[in-house]
Amino acid sequence: MNLLSKLLAEKDWLMADGATGTNLFNRGLEAGEAPELWNVDQPDKIRALYQDAVDAGSDIFLTNSFGGTAARLKLHNAQDRVRELSKAAAELGREVADKAGRPVVVAGSVGPTGEIFEPLGPLSHAAAVDMFQEQGAALLEGGADVLWLETISAPEEYKAAAEAFANIDAPWVGTMSFDTAGRTMMGLTSSDMVGMVQGLDNRPLGFGANCGVGASDLLRTIRGFAEANPELPIIAKGNAGIPKFVHGHIHYDGTPELMGQYAVMVRNSGAKIIGGCCGTMPEHLVAMRKALEETPMGPAPTDEEIQAVLGGFSSDSDGTGEATAPKRIRRRQK
Amino acid sequence: MSDEEDDLILDELSDEELVLQMHDDLYDGMADEIDEAVRILLKRNWLPYDVLTKALVEGMRIVGIDFRDGILFVPEVLLAAGAMKKGMGILKPLLIETGAPQLGKMVIGTVKGDIHDIGKNLVAMMMEGAGFEVVDLGINNPVDDYIDALKREKADILGMSALLTTTMPYMKIVIDTMVEQGIRDDYIVLVGGAPLNEEFGKAIGSDAYCRDAAVAVETAKEFMARKHNQL
Repeated sequence: MNLLSKLLAEKDWLMADGATGTNLFNRGLEAGEAPELWNVDQPDKIRALYQDAVDAGSDIFLTNSFGGTAARLKLHNAQDRVRELSKAAAELGREVADKAGRPVVVAGSVGPTGEIFEPLGPLSHAAAVDMFQEQGAALLEGGADVLWLETISAPEEYKAAAEAFANIDAPWVGTMSFDTAGRTMMGLTSSDMVGMVQGLDNRPLGFGANCGVGASDLLRTIRGFAEANPELPIIAKGNAGIPKFVHGHIHYDGTPELMGQYAVMVRNSGAKIIGGCCGTMPEHLVAMRKALEETPMGPAPTDEEIQAVLGGFSSDSDGTGEATAPKRIRRRQK
Repeated sequence: MSDEEDDLILDELSDEELVLQMHDDLYDGMADEIDEAVRILLKRNWLPYDVLTKALVEGMRIVGIDFRDGILFVPEVLLAAGAMKKGMGILKPLLIETGAPQLGKMVIGTVKGDIHDIGKNLVAMMMEGAGFEVVDLGINNPVDDYIDALKREKADILGMSALLTTTMPYMKIVIDTMVEQGIRDDYIVLVGGAPLNEEFGKAIGSDAYCRDAAVAVETAKEFMARKHNQL
């Protein structure tokens, strides 16, 4: 049995890691540079990134391979280095996890291709499956325990990854980003996602939401999942607040204390794997772990409670339940 | 609701009815029907420019409103833009031939340091869908690439996109360079990207911040109209 399934069976909740990009920029990554190149060029900094998550109490950390598909690496003229870069990402992870002194899951991060699927865009299903399979195989080869699909908007892309991971017999989880009026950019609601995931031939070990707008919106999405009574564990990785441009610097407005409250509220809403996304630093993770350990389970928070603690939602509705806006009447429909 | 779609014969509709039907068919992304309807209007001696503005652009305006209001999402909008593009394919040579006013030309790209392009791609597709000509510079553009392209293409609009908080400030460098070269006011500068806001757009000297692709199209149209009025 893979390590993630084992831990899911043993524990009531698991803590994942925080931001990758934000942490790497703080370590000197230049804007425009592909972070994945550092797996080979700056391995010590990647080890340190993983070690920070382990030291902050994470049960799971994601590898530095988010942009590691051929489609993304092509933008840096590195499309021929998919295997090398993702394998290195996982190998460094394995190294750090194996000396952690407790079980820590190395999750091989797989991000979106960034391309739009046929017939609306240029990407074919077969090409997407090939790319996900190529990267997934390299992550497994490097020693990843599971594959971790994240920040997906299109259901077609999620399904292509599921098929690719079935081809290489990889245990996996997959999260989507709900950033447009409570839906993914492609219009999927939280309850739509539950239906899609449960209808897959190759179901993930867990599913959920990451990134998106702020922690408030993400909590509402998680509650939407739970209300659809999913059979699979829910994953929540929200941003540490919202980025603000203050005196020429970018600052995420979520404090460690707030992220601690977010962690407890999201667990009460039904999430079993809890982590952060953009802006989530080690000090946030420490606060989240402490809050999760010290706070007993409670009822799911109401909309009012979420907004009072974490700030307002970005839209009135998240698209679930009754239709909120009337459809246009069209002349061909009689 | 029943599907009596095949019963409708476009050529039997009056001009007014047909134009309304085209708005509907654009909304539903029906490219073949748009193709047929454009040809019918031309056969009825409509000016290509009128077909473009009254039928196609107006139809896309309605799509844009529902996208903005969270009723339509990206897939539906791209389908609509695809149908629009099909109609444009017929009209474009005729528009050039008749010397009709162009809607405008945009140079677009993500700024130096930024490799996130999905938002920029959507804006480009929707701008094309709305009838603009778009020159896509791709990702990671240094200031010279933008300025060279603006001059080379005789563009009207510069669109810059940044997803990262670390790369947004580069937009100011581009605009400052345009000011130094004395060409800032020759172009409409629109900026966009998830971490931006109106305040930031103003602070760096752009003409407008566009929250999403639909807003970008509306804003571009508005500024182009103002520009034409000045001439």
